[in-house]
Amino acid sequence: GMRFLLLFSRQGRLRLQKWFTPTPEREKKKIIRDMTTMVLARKPRSCNFLHWRDLKIVYKRYASLYFCLALEDQDNELLALEILHRYVELLDKYFGNVCELDIIFNFEKAYFILDEFLMGGEIQETSKQIVNRSIEASDMLQETMEEYMSKPAF
Amino acid sequence: MSPSVRLQEMIRVIRSARTQGEERGVIQRECAAIRAQFRQADNGGRSHNLAKLLYVHMLGYPAHFGQMECVRLIASPRYSEKRVGYLGAMMLLDEKQDASLLITNSIKNDLSHSSQYVQSLALCTLACMGSAEMCRDLAPEIDRLLRASNSYIKKKAALCAVHIVRKVPELGELFTPAARSLLSEKNHGVLHGAVVLITELCERNPETLEQFRKTVPDLVQIMKGLVTTGYSPEHNVAGISDPFLQVRILRLLRILGRNNDAASDAMNDLLAQVATNTDSSKTAGSAVLYETVLTVMDIKSESGLRVLAVNILGRFLLNNDRNIRYISMTSLQKIVVTDHNAVQRHRGTIVDCLKDPDASVKRRALELSLALVSAVNIRSMMKELLLFLSSCPPELKAQAACGIFNAAERYAPSQRWHIDTILHVLTTAGGDVRDETVPNLIQLITTASDLHCYTVHKLYRALITDISQQSLVQVACWCIGEYGDLLLRGECDEIEPVQVSEDDVLDALETVLQSHMSSPATRGFALTATMKLSTRITDNVDRIRSIVSIYGSCIDVELQQRAVEYNALFKKYDHMRAAVLERMPVIDKSSPDHSNGESGGGALKEVEPPKLKQGEAVTAQEPANQVCDLLDLLGGSEEPPQPGPILGSTAPGPASTAGGDLLDLLGGLETPETPETPALTPAPTLTVYEKNGVTLKLHCHKQSETGLTVTLTASNSSDWDMSSFTLQAAVPKSVQLHMKAPSGDFLPARGTATLTQTVLLNNPNKVMLKMRIRMSYTSQGSAFQDTMQIDSFPGPACH
Repeated sequence: GMRFLLLFSRQGRLRLQKWFTPTPEREKKKIIRDMTTMVLARKPRSCNFLHWRDLKIVYKRYASLYFCLALEDQDNELLALEILHRYVELLDKYFGNVCELDIIFNFEKAYFILDEFLMGGEIQETSKQIVNRSIEASDMLQETMEEYMSKPAF
Repeated sequence: MSPSVRLQEMIRVIRSARTQGEERGVIQRECAAIRAQFRQADNGGRSHNLAKLLYVHMLGYPAHFGQMECVRLIASPRYSEKRVGYLGAMMLLDEKQDASLLITNSIKNDLSHSSQYVQSLALCTLACMGSAEMCRDLAPEIDRLLRASNSYIKKKAALCAVHIVRKVPELGELFTPAARSLLSEKNHGVLHGAVVLITELCERNPETLEQFRKTVPDLVQIMKGLVTTGYSPEHNVAGISDPFLQVRILRLLRILGRNNDAASDAMNDLLAQVATNTDSSKTAGSAVLYETVLTVMDIKSESGLRVLAVNILGRFLLNNDRNIRYISMTSLQKIVVTDHNAVQRHRGTIVDCLKDPDASVKRRALELSLALVSAVNIRSMMKELLLFLSSCPPELKAQAACGIFNAAERYAPSQRWHIDTILHVLTTAGGDVRDETVPNLIQLITTASDLHCYTVHKLYRALITDISQQSLVQVACWCIGEYGDLLLRGECDEIEPVQVSEDDVLDALETVLQSHMSSPATRGFALTATMKLSTRITDNVDRIRSIVSIYGSCIDVELQQRAVEYNALFKKYDHMRAAVLERMPVIDKSSPDHSNGESGGGALKEVEPPKLKQGEAVTAQEPANQVCDLLDLLGGSEEPPQPGPILGSTAPGPASTAGGDLLDLLGGLETPETPETPALTPAPTLTVYEKNGVTLKLHCHKQSETGLTVTLTASNSSDWDMSSFTLQAAVPKSVQLHMKAPSGDFLPARGTATLTQTVLLNNPNKVMLKMRIRMSYTSQGSAFQDTMQIDSFPGPACH
C-alpha cells in the first residue's frame, strides 16, 4: 500500500501531506526534508522513480507542483504514475484549470477530494465521475446545512 | 465578512510576509486569536478557525492546542463542522494521542448516521488513524456495513476492514465471509475494495489463502470482462478498462497461484490473453502488462508463458519512455538468476542502456550487465564495461570497478587478459577500488610467472605517466622492486622494447617517494622497492644507499623505521642482503593471512620483506627433508620435535603459515631491538659436545614464565680453520623455537675466536625441554656433520 503522499512547490514549500501510516511528528518533518531535497535535485529528463530506505518513491511534476508518492515493495510504480495523474485530473475538474494557488487557498478541498479517491493507503474509487459526484454532493450538503442552520429557529 | 474569506485572508497575509520573522509574527497573532476563539462559545466560525490552524500546521508550526477542538467539532451536528473536525483529527491526531480515543464514540455514532456523507467521514477517519483499540471496538459495525449498505459505503467499509486487519490481524476471520460475497458485486469501487481486502486476508493467513483459491475462476471471469469489453467511458484510461482494478486482480492472482499448480493452470489462459492483447503504448497499459509479467514469473506458469513474459520485458527495454525501461530492468534483475538464458537474449539491449543519460537507468543496467557476464561473453562484455567505467557517473564507479574485478576473476580467459583488465581499471578508476585490490593483484601477478616481464613493463609505463592513482602506484612499485631486473633487460615478447636505464627506474621511484600525492603506504612501497633493486641492479647501488640513508631521518615514523633497517642491511648485514631481498615465491591465495576480508594494511605486511628483528635464517638453502631426518631419529613415547621455522624464513616473508608462527613466537618473548646476541650472563654453562676439536657449550637464561634464551657457543681447538659452520636445532612439538642470526660462520683454529648462536624458546605447555642439534662445517676441504641431543638443560630456570 501507499505510505505517504506529498505535494510541494519548486521552492520546497509543502502544499499537502497525507500520511497513510502512523508517523511521529519529528519523523514526518525529516521525511518531508528528505523528499523535497531528493526530488528537487533530480535532473529534468530523469525517470520518475527513486529508491529511499525500503520504499519506492514515485514523483511527477505538474507545472509548479511536485507530487510525491511513497510505495511499498509490491506496489506497481507505473500504476502509481496513473494514480498521481488521476488525482490531478480530479483537482482540475473541481477547480477548473487547477493551479498551485487553488491548492494553497483551498487546501481543505484538496484533502476532501483526496479522501474520496484514496483511503488507508489504497485506491478507494476508480471512476472519475463517481468521485466528482461525491464531492459535489458533499459540498451541496455543506451549503444546504449551513443555509438551514443559519435560518432563524421558528 | 463571510467566514471563509477570513481563512483566505489569513493565507494571503501570511504569504505576503517578506521574511521568516514577519511570517512568524503573523502566525503567532493568528494562533493567539484562534486559541481565544476556541475558548469562546459556539460562534458559527469554529470550522474556519480550525481550518486556519490546519493551514498553519502545514507550514510547520505547532498546532496541538487544536486537538480538543477537533474532538468537539466531530461531535457537532453540523456537517461543515464535522467535515473540518474529521480532517483535523486526521492531520493532528494519531493513535498515540489520548485525544484520539475521545472520538471513538463520535465515530461509532456517525457510522450509523442517516447521511452517507457523514458515514463516509467516519469511515475515512477510522481507516486513516484508527488505533487497535478503536478497531476492535468498531469492527462489528464495519462488518455490518460491508454486508448491508449501498456501494458508496461498501467500498469504504472494505478499505476500513483492510486497515482493521492490518492493525488487529485476528479480526481477519470476522471479515472473510463478507469479503467473499463482495466479489459478486458489479460496482468497480466495491470490487476493487473487495480484492484489496481479500489480498490482505490471504497474505496474513495461509488457511484463508487456501479458501480463496476457489475464487480464481471468478477472478479470471472478472478480468476477462475487463479485457474484452468494449469502450467503457466511466472506467477507460488510455484505452484500458479500469487499469487500477486490473492490476489489483492480477496481484491477487499472483498470491493465489504461487506454489499451486491447479490455481496457476486455471489462470494461464487469461494471463496469456492479457499479455498479448494489452496495448502498451501508454503508461496505463504498460502498468497492466508489468503486473502481468510479475504474476507470470511468480506462479507456476508454462514455459511458453514465461518466455512471453520475458519478451515483454525485452520490448519494454526498447520503449521510448525511460520509466518503462527502468521498470523493465528492475524486473529482469529479479529473474536473471532463475531465467538466465531468457534474459541473456536481451543482453545487447541491456548493455546499450549503459549509455542511457538517466542515472537510475544506468545503475540498473550496470547491475544487470554484471549479472549477465558469463564465460562465453566475457571478452565482449568486458569491453563494454570498461568503456562504461571510463565515463560513468562517480557514484557508480566503485560498484562498477568491484563488479568488473569479480567478473574478471571468475571468467578470465587468460592471465594476461586478467592482468590487462585490472590494470585498465586501476588507470581509469584507481581511486575507487577497495583496499584488498592491491594485494589481490600482486598475488595474481606472482602466479603469472611467464608474464612478469610484460607486467613490469606495462606497470612501469603506467607509473611514469601518472602517479596519482595510489593503488596503481603501489602495485607498480612492488613489481618494479621485484622484477626490476626484467625491466632493465629491455626485451620482452609481448611489448615493444624500450630501453630503461637504472637511473630511469630509480628516478621513477624517487618521484613517487617525494610526491605530495603519494600516501604514506605508497611511499613505503616505493622505499622498499628501491631497496630491493639494490640486488637487481649493478651500477647505481650507491644511489640507493644514499636514498635509504636520507629517509633514515624522515619525519614519517614508518618510513624512518624502514630506512634505518635497510641501512643496517647495507652495513652490518650486507652478507644477508641478497637472501633477504631475494625474489618472492608465488603467494598462496588460500593462506590464512591472505583472506579477502582483511584490510589492505594487514595483508600488505605479509608481502613486505620481514623486519630484521624477526630474525634471519641460519642457512638459506636447507631443504625440509634434511631436518625431518632429525625428526625420524626421535621416536617412542616422546613428542617428536618440530623443526624450527628456519626454512620458513629463507625467502623474504611469504604469506605462508610459517609467517604466523614467527609472529606467535615473539608473543611471550622479549625481543631485543637489534639481532645481536645478548651478553652471556654468569650462569651455569653446560658443555654439550666435544669432538674432533669442536666444543659446543650451552647456556640458558630464563626470560619469562615460558620463555627461554639458549646460547650456544662453539669453539675450535683443532689446528685447522673451520668454515661454513652452521647449527640447526629441533625441539618438542609444543615448544616454539626461533633461531637468531649466528655471529658468523667462520671458526678459526686453535680457539682464537668463538661463534655464538642464540636460540629463543617458548614453552607454553611447560613440557620437558629437549633439543636436538645438528652441526655442519667444512674443514681441510671436507664437509663434516654431526648431531647431538640435549636431554636436560642446565640451571633450575630452564624447566
